[in-house]
Amino acid sequence: MKMTYADAAKLALAECMRADPTVWAVGEDLGRGGVFQQYKGLCEEFGPDRISDAPISEAAIMGAAFGAAMVGTRPVVEMRFADFALCATDELVNQIAKARFMFGGQSRAPMVIRKPMGMWRSSAAQHSQSLESWYVHIPGLVVCCPATPQDNYSMLKAAIECDDPVVYLEHKDIWALEGEVDTSQSYEFGKAVTRQKGDALTLVSWSHTCNIALDAVQDTDIEVIDLRSLWPWDKETVINSVQRTSRLLIAHESVQVGGFGAEVAATVAEKVACKVKRLGAPRSLIAYAPNLENQLRITGDMIADAAKEMML
Amino acid sequence: MTAANYDTARGLALLTMMERIRAFEEQAELAATRDQLVLGAIHLSIGQEAIPAGIMPHLKKTDLILSTHRGHGHTLAKGADPTAMMEELLGRDGGCCGGKGGSMHIADFGVGMLGANGVVGANIHIGAGAAHGAKMLGDGRIVVDFFGDGAINRGPFLEGLNWAGVFDLPILFVCEDNQYSASTKTSDMMSGEGAAARARSIGIKTHEIDGNDVEAVYDLAAEITARIRETGKPEFLHAKTYRLHGHTYFDPAAYRPEGEAAERWANDDPIQRQRDALANAGVGDAQIKEAKQAADAEMIAALAAATAAPWPADNTVYDDVQDIGSPVQEAF
Repeated sequence: MKMTYADAAKLALAECMRADPTVWAVGEDLGRGGVFQQYKGLCEEFGPDRISDAPISEAAIMGAAFGAAMVGTRPVVEMRFADFALCATDELVNQIAKARFMFGGQSRAPMVIRKPMGMWRSSAAQHSQSLESWYVHIPGLVVCCPATPQDNYSMLKAAIECDDPVVYLEHKDIWALEGEVDTSQSYEFGKAVTRQKGDALTLVSWSHTCNIALDAVQDTDIEVIDLRSLWPWDKETVINSVQRTSRLLIAHESVQVGGFGAEVAATVAEKVACKVKRLGAPRSLIAYAPNLENQLRITGDMIADAAKEMML
Repeated sequence: MTAANYDTARGLALLTMMERIRAFEEQAELAATRDQLVLGAIHLSIGQEAIPAGIMPHLKKTDLILSTHRGHGHTLAKGADPTAMMEELLGRDGGCCGGKGGSMHIADFGVGMLGANGVVGANIHIGAGAAHGAKMLGDGRIVVDFFGDGAINRGPFLEGLNWAGVFDLPILFVCEDNQYSASTKTSDMMSGEGAAARARSIGIKTHEIDGNDVEAVYDLAAEITARIRETGKPEFLHAKTYRLHGHTYFDPAAYRPEGEAAERWANDDPIQRQRDALANAGVGDAQIKEAKQAADAEMIAALAAATAAPWPADNTVYDDVQDIGSPVQEAF
């Protein structure tokens, strides 16, 4: 059936909540549907204890959900904006990611941390960031970035069912993106999807940038791989593709310096002789004025041009 | 003859737990200084034994506690095995966290001890969340969350107490006020009236007590925990105590005013106070001394066992990181 990216996630959450009474969601304004209406209607079905409003205390939302996870519930934490989740960095990085290990396996933190990420429009420097590479650096966390309604359905379900803490980064520019969702499809972490087959160049991306990349190189001989989860990530699919194409282009919205593209590039270059190029944002700050904001966007034209140049 | 209205068995049990905590701490200190077997920092709770000893008898095994970097006393009083605890301090196989956590992350989920925390204040909203989860599951567990006076200046104090109040959670917050935030006098870094006033301002039912009077702590904790089980609502206990040792075992605490610690040792050692109370009630000297002797013997044996325990296997460093994308799966 056809549905939006937001509705696909809502459907996944509702199905998990119907199946398991220990699943609950907590965050600011959830009772009224959440800031992007991605929870709309759920409070009516599940009540305010399971679709729980919260004070504007990101650290407490994260910390309390963690405490509740340790005693046997499965919380879905809504951080409203990925940027605000930084208020809860100690809770995520020092507590949630480490609890199982440092307590010698006595504890688990089966929770999903939803962090709407990315540039939208004129939201400036504190409501637009893509910080996925930060979390990939933290052992203990699973990190994923769904780009389509199908993936936002199957990946959120897999994240809720998973016993590890999952940092779940939805892109807020595509809440209304429509697509076909097959509810029988399940998702396995660490599996990329090849969204276009080709032999001339391997284009690796994730999140909304992958949609932009796919549009930009449609009907060419370029292979487009959507990584979907960044930790773990599908090295095998990428390396197999580059062995065939000998060219690797990685595109992401986040800052190029220290971005996850660097990890992909280095990992592949250690295994395969190939041309490598990264396309990420300049290391500047996201501005309010639309023309300034646009300076930092990775556009379809930029991706197509970079690919063409590599294939010369 | 003992005083007619004095519960000797209870008084001795409270003394025994305090003696066990002190003996554990003394052996831990020796393991660090004499034996050089504790390589990381340990934070001793010597002088603060009355608070866990007085509160824990009111908790069931399934009830939950969370603790701080100064967490040995809470862990022991909740029922953890001192040998497994000592093995953890020494980083050995068999330690309660398999040697991965050490003193600052000591935990025994089997007795409801959800972990000590190396980040000051971090356990406050985690504890509120544990109570939130217990309430949601409806299993009757209550939570006691211990933190120090330094923690009241961190955000989680406000956020965690507010959370517990908003969601009506079955939790007792216990501020163990030993007067020092690491090496700084807490009162020098605190605006306003402090822990109890702040808790009251958030609308949490608040109590203040001499935290070195184990019988008083016991009585008040009995009343509070019974009420939390009945109402499901949070309460706050400001327990005033004193850290007789430094922040860590290697801190001589020279920043304290001259004579302050000596005066406390002489007049406000919670263990000596309880020994005196028992003697005044007519309990014989031999019975009082027996508590310390038994505790010393138990903890000497725990240290000996820990010293003889092997190191954890090297490859366990890759265990229990995560199921999905674990370091073992990712080894290329």
